[in-house]
Amino acid sequence: MRIDIRWHGRGGQGAVTASEIVAAAAILEGRYALAFPEFGAERRGAPVRAYTRISDTPLVPRTPITNPHIVVVLDPSLLTRETIEGLREGGALIVNTRLSPGEVAKVVGLDREARVAVVDAVEIAMETLGVPIVNTAILGALIRATGIVGLETTLKLVRERFKGRLGEANVEAVRRAYESTHIETILPPQTA
Amino acid sequence: MAVAAEERLHVERKKPRPLSTNSAIAHAVKDLDVDVVAAYPITPQTTVVEKIAEFIADGELEAEMVHVESEHSALSATVAAALTGARAFTATASQGLELMHEILHIASGLRTPIVMSVAMRALSAPISIWNDHSDVMNARDSGWIIFFVSSAQEAYDTVIQGYRIAEDSDVLLPVMVAYDGYVMSHTMEPVVTEDRDSVLAYAPKRPFPYKLDPEKPVTLGALADPDWYYEIKYQIVEAMRRALDKAREADEEFGKRFGRKYGLVECYMCEGAKSLIVAASSYAATLKAVLPRAWEEGLKVGLLRLRLYRPFPEDLIVDALSNVDSVLVIDRAISYGAPYQGPLANEFSGLILKHGLGVNLVSVVAGIGQRRMVDDDFLKLAKLAWEARTVRKPETIFYGVRK
Amino acid sequence: MSSEGSLPAYYEIPPGGAIPEPGSSLKYKTGSWRVLRPVINQDKCVRCRLCWVYCPDAAILELDEEYVTSKGRRYKITYKVNYDYCKGCGVCARECPVNAIEMVPEPIGGEE
Repeated sequence: MRIDIRWHGRGGQGAVTASEIVAAAAILEGRYALAFPEFGAERRGAPVRAYTRISDTPLVPRTPITNPHIVVVLDPSLLTRETIEGLREGGALIVNTRLSPGEVAKVVGLDREARVAVVDAVEIAMETLGVPIVNTAILGALIRATGIVGLETTLKLVRERFKGRLGEANVEAVRRAYESTHIETILPPQTA
Repeated sequence: MAVAAEERLHVERKKPRPLSTNSAIAHAVKDLDVDVVAAYPITPQTTVVEKIAEFIADGELEAEMVHVESEHSALSATVAAALTGARAFTATASQGLELMHEILHIASGLRTPIVMSVAMRALSAPISIWNDHSDVMNARDSGWIIFFVSSAQEAYDTVIQGYRIAEDSDVLLPVMVAYDGYVMSHTMEPVVTEDRDSVLAYAPKRPFPYKLDPEKPVTLGALADPDWYYEIKYQIVEAMRRALDKAREADEEFGKRFGRKYGLVECYMCEGAKSLIVAASSYAATLKAVLPRAWEEGLKVGLLRLRLYRPFPEDLIVDALSNVDSVLVIDRAISYGAPYQGPLANEFSGLILKHGLGVNLVSVVAGIGQRRMVDDDFLKLAKLAWEARTVRKPETIFYGVRK
Repeated sequence: MSSEGSLPAYYEIPPGGAIPEPGSSLKYKTGSWRVLRPVINQDKCVRCRLCWVYCPDAAILELDEEYVTSKGRRYKITYKVNYDYCKGCGVCARECPVNAIEMVPEPIGGEE
């Protein structure tokens, strides 16, 4: 049993950190996991991809993920058909956006069944952290929509990664996103 | 023949923690109580020595961190430190390893028992910060023991095994622990670390027997005229031979104490296989996950994972090759102008001839400068390996290049 | 140079050619390389020690031996050449401020 997660973000939004926190949570919960970025000469604002693979066994490929079970989009400007490339039938799409799940499905041209979860992570990040760094907020949405790792394990790791007051602000961001995520199962449009 | 990786023996399973391969190596250095670290930063190695510097600053490791101005000096200082009897470590990648090249031969020539980790990276020009094996392949004839590792756990374990082998008075050779840059160096994954007492009980410090000591002066690195040079270089040939047994023994003993052992090579899904793919580091890890799909399609292709590369575990490899009709060797470096343009393929070609094995060889160069390889690409390679049972493919295949 | 038989096999040499015996270079007598040998004129020598300073092989010996010159000057020390190691480079003769050192041809067929 293996779950592949692909993260789409922009340099500076924390996609790599988020991918690592999810892997770390899975590892602490006793599973095998890998987290790795699509490596580039990183620049703030440039599109970046990161990957998390969670598995019951260490037999896990170390290749870029082409058929994800879950796609997480940290920046709504990255919502294109390319974002959902290879997304498995019945998979999940987690998006930081003000759009509704139905509107997201239209924008990306969703042509298969998927759970679409949306959260306004920018607003949450601004109110809790004061900066539009959305990676911790999007974790709340991911956990709410998929239950891939435990909320408490994740909050423990967020506190470790961000020390002191910043840790608590990030914990608040995860919690608020967890509570305000809106999820719908989108069915493929009927073809005539 | 070879043992399944990370085979669990009768040892209580400890709780793993999330670490990157780079961090795992820094932990190994801490747990080995290394005395001297000299290094120069280079992507994607840098976080190894950054983490070690943190351990020193936090008082978790009592060691001398020597800040040098180049990799040439980094290795020089590491060699010198080891020759005074200290346990010394350094780490590098790519151009850094190239700049060390002169000292690589000095380290082995002086029989310096050091360990160096290499986060393998392509070579300039053009500039690439991405992964392939050109750097280590260029260092293969420098008299170093060379391991390729396929997980952060194996990197941690092999650095520890490395000191046990290097410091053995029958060996006294430097050890390189190589792993894929980025693809492994920056990947977070579960790693079990051991306590220092257990690590030091397994790999007690055995300083260089002719260490530099003002109380007992010795001369190291003297001029050797034609009457002497040859014998001193031939000593390395013999030490390499002995290192093979010592590496096997170090892995066995590691397994007994810590519950993890790897073998010198690993043959995966070899039972009933008619064809093999030879791969190292992350590609081997990926193939283990992908090959079951090949078998579902009727392609009985196994994986021969090269873990110890120098000394070459010839007998184990010949054993594995004796049962198959074809072998596909993946090279992640180019031997320009050679009969096969993959350096490993040339060695396998020699091996097949030497032992009179009726095996068709396919030489594949792939992943140069970290050219994207997804699961389906590895399936295609499995198909190529399978086809080669009956069809000879004499020319090196440059997989994925735009032609 | 000779080889084989008299020289040690690879396993008889310490690893990496380490030389554990300090000062073993004394066994290597380089005096046979000499074509010209320095000869010190003890009467002319003013005991300035410059030859001792300059000699690249430390082959000038400073000995606690008294010497009285023909003009009656008494010195407490005497400089002599260690012909076991002197390679005959002539630096001492060149640097001697009073030309007290003369380079003379070695006798044919070795010393003495």
